[in-house]
Amino acid sequence: MNVVPNINRRTFVIGSAAVGGGLAIGFDLPFGGPVSAGATGNGPELGVWVVVKPDDSVVVRIARSEMGQGTITGLAQLVAEELECDWSKVSYEYPTPGQSVARKRAWGSYSTGGSRGIRESHEYVRQGGASARLMLLQAAANEWKVPVEQCSAANSVITGPGNRSTTFGKVAEAAAKLPVPDKPKLKDPKDWKIAGKPIKRFGIADKVTGKQVYGFDLTLPGMVNAAIKESPVFGGKVKSFDAAKVSGMKGVKKVMQVGDTAVAVVADTWWQAKTALDALPIVWDEGAHAKVSSETIAESLKAGLDAEQAFVGNQNGDIKAALAGAAKKVEAVYAYPYQNHVCMEPMNATARYTADKCEVWVPTQDGEASFAAVLAASGLPADKCEVYKLDLGGGFGRRGAFQDYVHQAVTIAKEMPGTPVKLLWSREEDMAQGRFHPVMQCKLVGALDKDNNLTGLHMRLSGQSILAAVRPQVVEQQKGRDPLVFQGVADSGEHAFGYTIPNLLVDHAMRNPHVPPGFWRGVNINQNCIFLECFMDELATAAGQDALEFRRKLLGKHPRNLAVLNAVAEQVGWGKPAPQGVFRGLSHMKAFGAYVAAAAEVSVTGNKIKVHRIVAATDPTYAVNPSQIDRQVAGSFVYGLSALFYQECTVKDGRIVELNFDSYDSMRIAQMPKVESIIMPAGGDGPWGGVGEPTICVAAPAVLNAYAAATGKRVRSFPLKNHNLELA
Amino acid sequence: MVRLTINGKPHDVDVDPSTPLLWAIRENVGLTGTKYGCGIAICGACTVHLDGVATRSCAMAVSDAVGKEITTIEGLAQNGTLHRVQQAWIAHEVPQCGYCQSGMIMAAAELLKNTPKPTDADIDNAITNICRCGTFQQVRAAIHAAANA
Ligand code: FES
Ligand code: FES
Repeated sequence: MNVVPNINRRTFVIGSAAVGGGLAIGFDLPFGGPVSAGATGNGPELGVWVVVKPDDSVVVRIARSEMGQGTITGLAQLVAEELECDWSKVSYEYPTPGQSVARKRAWGSYSTGGSRGIRESHEYVRQGGASARLMLLQAAANEWKVPVEQCSAANSVITGPGNRSTTFGKVAEAAAKLPVPDKPKLKDPKDWKIAGKPIKRFGIADKVTGKQVYGFDLTLPGMVNAAIKESPVFGGKVKSFDAAKVSGMKGVKKVMQVGDTAVAVVADTWWQAKTALDALPIVWDEGAHAKVSSETIAESLKAGLDAEQAFVGNQNGDIKAALAGAAKKVEAVYAYPYQNHVCMEPMNATARYTADKCEVWVPTQDGEASFAAVLAASGLPADKCEVYKLDLGGGFGRRGAFQDYVHQAVTIAKEMPGTPVKLLWSREEDMAQGRFHPVMQCKLVGALDKDNNLTGLHMRLSGQSILAAVRPQVVEQQKGRDPLVFQGVADSGEHAFGYTIPNLLVDHAMRNPHVPPGFWRGVNINQNCIFLECFMDELATAAGQDALEFRRKLLGKHPRNLAVLNAVAEQVGWGKPAPQGVFRGLSHMKAFGAYVAAAAEVSVTGNKIKVHRIVAATDPTYAVNPSQIDRQVAGSFVYGLSALFYQECTVKDGRIVELNFDSYDSMRIAQMPKVESIIMPAGGDGPWGGVGEPTICVAAPAVLNAYAAATGKRVRSFPLKNHNLELA
Repeated sequence: MVRLTINGKPHDVDVDPSTPLLWAIRENVGLTGTKYGCGIAICGACTVHLDGVATRSCAMAVSDAVGKEITTIEGLAQNGTLHRVQQAWIAHEVPQCGYCQSGMIMAAAELLKNTPKPTDADIDNAITNICRCGTFQQVRAAIHAAANA
C-alpha cells in the first residue's frame, strides 16, 4: 500500500525547486542581517504568528500571498483553530520580507507556488496558534495562581477553577512576556471547528466594490508612470532609439534604456508613457535567435523522440524485451505547445529609490524573491530595502520565481531618486515577455500480450526543461537531468506514477529552445496527464476493454488513485447509459501530493464540442476550506480547457506571435461546463496534498477521451483550434 | 479639457481627447475600480455604464463620452446600499483574484436591468467577460440569485 507517499531526498529537491524555497531557493538573502524592524502590528506578539490586542481582536501573520486561491483564509483558519479564538475577531497582516530577513526568516518561506501555500506550512502555523494558546493559558494561570492544567481556552475566553474566567485580550500583555513553547501538541483534525469548514474568504467585499488596491491601482504622492518595451526576440538587445522623437510629447519626463534589453518611457500618466513608447523608434540587435520558429522548435523536439541520449525518470522491468515480445504494439506521438499565463492583471511594480532606501510595492507570489530582486537592482544592503506585498490580480506561476518587472522598476526609479515610479506592462508586453509553459512532445509505445494485458510502456518525453533555465543548480546536482519534467509520472513522491506496469520506462530527451520557460499552473502535469491518460484510453481501445476497467486492473497497488477514479466514475454514471448524444471520458493523476480524477460528458456537433459536465474528485489528505477547494477545482478547469481548445504561443522570427486575447482566447461563461467536485480527504499522518493546481491536469484528457469516444478520432496535438475544433 | 460626468459628479480632465475613457477614469479622475485587461475591447475588465449601457471603456475615446452619464463600479451602490448584484456576489463568494470582477459586475447589472429574470442562455449571451481565475460557475449562480432577490 502506498498511502503515505515516500519522501526521499530527490522529491524534496523537486518540491523545493518548483517554488524556489529550501534547497534550491534560487537567490541569496542575508537572513539575520542588520535590519532593525520589530514586530509588525501593534499589540502583544505571542510567538511570531499571532498578535492579540486588548480588545480581544486577533491578528494572524501570513507570509504566503493571496491571489484569490484562498490561502490566507485557510492559513488563518488553521492558526485560529489551534488558538481557540473567536473567528469573528480574526484579521490578518503580511509581515514584510524585510522583517523576515531581520528576524532570521521567522515566518519561513514566502513562496506561494507549487500548490504549497497551505500544505507546506500547515504544521508550523498550527504550532504557532497552539503555542500562542499555551502562552495565554499560562498567563491566566499565573495571574490566578492555579496550575495551568486546570485552565482551558475556547472562543477567546479562558476558564479556570472556581468559575474563574478571563479573555485573551486581558492576559495577552502578560502572555507576550512568556517563553514561546516549542512544538506544542496539535489537535486531532477530527476535532476541528474552524479549519475544515467552508468559511468565507477574506477580502470579498472590497473586490465587488472596486476598493481593492491592486498593484495596477497604486498611487503614491508625486508618483510618475512608466511603460516599457523589452527586445521582442528573446536574447536580443537594444541597439539604438531616437528619444528626441518623443521627448517633447505631452507629459513625457524621461526616455531611457533599462539594462541591455529594454527601453522605457516615464511620463505623468501611464497612457502618456505608453503613447510615447509606441511612437518611439527603437532598433534592436536581435541576437542569435531571430530565425527560430515554432516549426524549427518542433523539428528539434521530434528528433529527441528517438534520440539515443535521454534522462531516466521512472523505470522498472525490461521495456526492450517487453516491446520485442509483445503480441500487439500500440504507438502514438503527442505534442503540447507553449502557453502564456496571461494573468488578468498584467505585470507591474512600483519603486521608490533614494540612496538610503529602496522600497517596492508589488503583487508577488514570493515576497522574498521580490526582495532579492530589489537588493540586486538597487545595489543597497538588506537593511535599506523593503517590499510591500499587494494582493495579486492572478499569479498562476508568473509572479514567483521571476521578478523581471521588479528589477526593471527599481532600475528606472534609480534614475529618478526620490520619485515613486509605477511601471505597468501593457497586455502586449505581458504576453511578449512571458515565462512560458514549456513545449513538449511525447512518443508512447505500449505492449499488449495475447490476452490483452498491458505488459510494457515506454513514454519518451522530448522538450524543454524549466529547471535548466530557472534553477540550473538543481539540474547540475542531477547530472543534467530535470526531475520536474516527470511530474505525474515519477517513480515516487508527490508526483508518483499510479499504474503498476511490469515493464516501464519514462525518459526525457532535453531540448531547450531559446524561449524562456516558466511554472504555469500545474507545470508539467498539464502535458504529462494528457500524454498518459489519453494513451491509456488508446491502449484500452486496442485491448478491446472498457477504459475504466483497463485502468482499475493497473491501480490495485495504489488505493487512493483508485478511489478518486472510482468516485468520479460512479458519480458520472460510468457503465450506465449517457443522455442521447453524450459521451464520456475519464482521467486521473497524482499531482502536488493530491490524488485527482475527472469524468467528462461531451457531445459533438460538426466541429463543435460541447462539454456539458465534469465530475472531479480530489483527495488532498486534508481539506481546510471545502468551498475554496470547490472554486479552485472549477477555476482550474477554465484555465486548463482554455489552453486545450484555444491557446498556443507561436514562435516566429524568434518572438511570440500572440500578444493579446484576440489571438489568445480564453473560455467564457457560455462554454463553462457544470463542474461537480467531490472532495474526499483521506486524512492520516502523511503529507498533505495541494489544491490550486492538481485538478487542472485531469480536465483536458477526460474531454479528449470523451471526444474520441464520440467520434472515434484521436487528436494528439494542441490546441484543438488547430484542428478546426471549437468549444461550444 | 474635457468634462465627464461620472457617478453623478462632473469632472474636468486635462487629457488629449483621443485618450481612452478607461485611462481618463483611472488616471485623471482617480477611480481605479475599473480595470485594464486588454485595451482592445475583448476582455471586459474595463466595463462601465454609459447612459446605462454596458460599454468597454478601453477602446473608446474620452471625447466620445462627453455629455453622457458614466457609471463605474464605485457608483453602482446607491445611498450606501450595495447593488443586488454586488450583494449576490458577496453571498456567493464569486471573486477569486477579483481583478475581472468590476467589469463582470457591471455587465451583470446591465443584464438584470434589461432582463430581470435571465435564462442561462441570456447569461451566456450577455456576459462575455474573460475571467482567468475561472469564476463562471459562481457568476452564473450569483446572477440567478440577484434576479430572485
Ligand atoms: S480592457 Fe477593455 S475590454 Fe479588456
Ligand atoms: S477573479 Fe481573477 S480574473 Fe476573474
